[in-house]
Amino acid sequence: MAVMTRVQAAKPVSRPRHLTEPAWVRWLLIGVALLFLALMLILPLATVFAEAFKNGADLYFAALKEKNALSAIRLTLLVAAIAVPLNLVFGIAAAWAITKFNFRGKNLLITLIDLPFSVSPVIAGLVFVLIFGSKGWFGPFLSERDIKIIFAVPGIVLTTVFVTFPFVARELIPLMQAQGTAEEEAAASLGAGGWRIFWKVTLPNIKWALLYGVILCNARAMGEFGAVSVVSGHIRGKTNTLPLQVEILYNEYNFSAAFACASLLVLLALVTLGVKSLVEWLQHRKQE
Amino acid sequence: MHIQVKDLNKSFGSEYAVQDVSFAIEEGSLIGLLGPSGGGKTTILRMLAGLEEPTSGEIYFHGKRVENLPPQKRGIGFVFQNYALFKHMTVFDNIAFGLAVQKKPRKEAKARVEELLELTGLSGLGGRYPHQLSGGQKQRVAFARAIAPEPQLLLLDEPFAAIDAKVRKELRTWLREMINRLKITTIFVTHDQEEAVEVADEIMVINKGSLEQKGTPWDIYKEPQTPFVAGFIGESNLVEDCSRLKGFERERAAKGMIRPEFIEIFLPGEGTIVSALEPGTVRSTYFRGTVWEVEVETGPHRLTAYRSLEQDPLEVGDEVRILIHRLYRFDDHSGVMVENANKVDPMPVYI
Repeated sequence: MAVMTRVQAAKPVSRPRHLTEPAWVRWLLIGVALLFLALMLILPLATVFAEAFKNGADLYFAALKEKNALSAIRLTLLVAAIAVPLNLVFGIAAAWAITKFNFRGKNLLITLIDLPFSVSPVIAGLVFVLIFGSKGWFGPFLSERDIKIIFAVPGIVLTTVFVTFPFVARELIPLMQAQGTAEEEAAASLGAGGWRIFWKVTLPNIKWALLYGVILCNARAMGEFGAVSVVSGHIRGKTNTLPLQVEILYNEYNFSAAFACASLLVLLALVTLGVKSLVEWLQHRKQE
Repeated sequence: MHIQVKDLNKSFGSEYAVQDVSFAIEEGSLIGLLGPSGGGKTTILRMLAGLEEPTSGEIYFHGKRVENLPPQKRGIGFVFQNYALFKHMTVFDNIAFGLAVQKKPRKEAKARVEELLELTGLSGLGGRYPHQLSGGQKQRVAFARAIAPEPQLLLLDEPFAAIDAKVRKELRTWLREMINRLKITTIFVTHDQEEAVEVADEIMVINKGSLEQKGTPWDIYKEPQTPFVAGFIGESNLVEDCSRLKGFERERAAKGMIRPEFIEIFLPGEGTIVSALEPGTVRSTYFRGTVWEVEVETGPHRLTAYRSLEQDPLEVGDEVRILIHRLYRFDDHSGVMVENANKVDPMPVYI
């Protein structure tokens, strides 16, 4: 599942000796952590690039320039470009509703927002097949009108929206809850209308969390495999996103092409982490 | 602004936060809403501001009904308990916010903000962010921001609660002067009676959502109309039956409340009106900075009284006599201040 924790390097605190473990315990703990990290994270990451470039850089770039690969990249970007803004708007709306108003079923709504995290992605994909597929609820209705959702781009977008649904809302809700409504009330008492309050008071207060949520949402939208795999139909050059393309190439023993595409996704992950750290750093500096 | 409130009610489910509150406020006066925490003061204030909707009742500003108007349309300024300054804006932008809403020309707004910075003693701090300010400075910014659009009514919710004791005293005086100068109708909420007495022209004592008494601080201290007010304003001792005290024998049996400052303690050799004196024993003494607080046991009662530092100090165990100048006699519904009858004894015995 997605990483939802925000861990920042804590400032080193000088602890008094009676609270500090002996040196060998310290080194043992640090050693275990580093070893595990190297084995489970760094080694696989390095392997991706090593495998991708094994047959030379020319082959690597050729694999990326291949027609189907390019189409997969385009589709991945398109899906993210639709899903992320949708969830951005939805996330703000949901967080706003939950933190600024009191209404019946509020707790139910909070639980529902988490649903995509708790449901297996495969099930999420299957749900859409059961609704929009040719044998699904709306299947006859859609086929009569010649609208294709499953095994087509709309289905991929729908499932991606579903899977990445909670990221923005989850980032905003705790922050907005902690901030309360005092600043909005102050703005209202000074004569500001709802629109101005949102743009001048609320949004500046949540912008870092919002950006953070969008980054995570984007990373997941581009990397989602399970749910998308169920609804996509794996039509080469048409409904394959990057992760699906990687799988197909791998299954065809076309390892260097598979790893070339995979390296793009890894690169995306690294860029995401970089941007995320930058955002955190900027936010931290702002607060100082 | 002349304000009138009629039968104001606010209930949350079956709980009443405010119940049948009615009052009128003269233009330009400085009113303190005083009462224990959770008594409904802030709810009343928020209903005046439009931040909370009354369950029933009417609110008039200048004879015009406003309870259905949103806060934006009421022409009020509100200072929040924790100031609610806009964190991401500078002090200057905070104060200018209300002016920007009014679409004041930039130049005019700038001049107004500068004037307010000067007035509130914040000159030179316009470029700072709220987190770079001390509590007292934040309070001044919140005040300046609230009065910048020239509201007709200023509402302050526990304006000094988050400030340390010494600065609080200065700020109280400052606020009083500022409001007198601006001549703006002001209502503030406080749970601190000292603060209410010091700052307000008039106090409204609120308890359990009801208005107990409205009057000048002196009136409320001198003639509390309900037992709650008597107990809440100032310190007091409670006695079960006041007719058993010397000088109050002619009263019917009822509970009595006695303020420590109404009790005088005499050592043997001091004091004149013997018929009014109650014998007692000193049980404890506390130094209170400017006065001795003395606990005297007399009959079934243990009464707290003050003794000036000028007088001879008392020791625990000293036999003394006390004079109760006046007390507040009350039953479940009402009460009245009663003077010690023997103090004006037509035939006093001198020793």
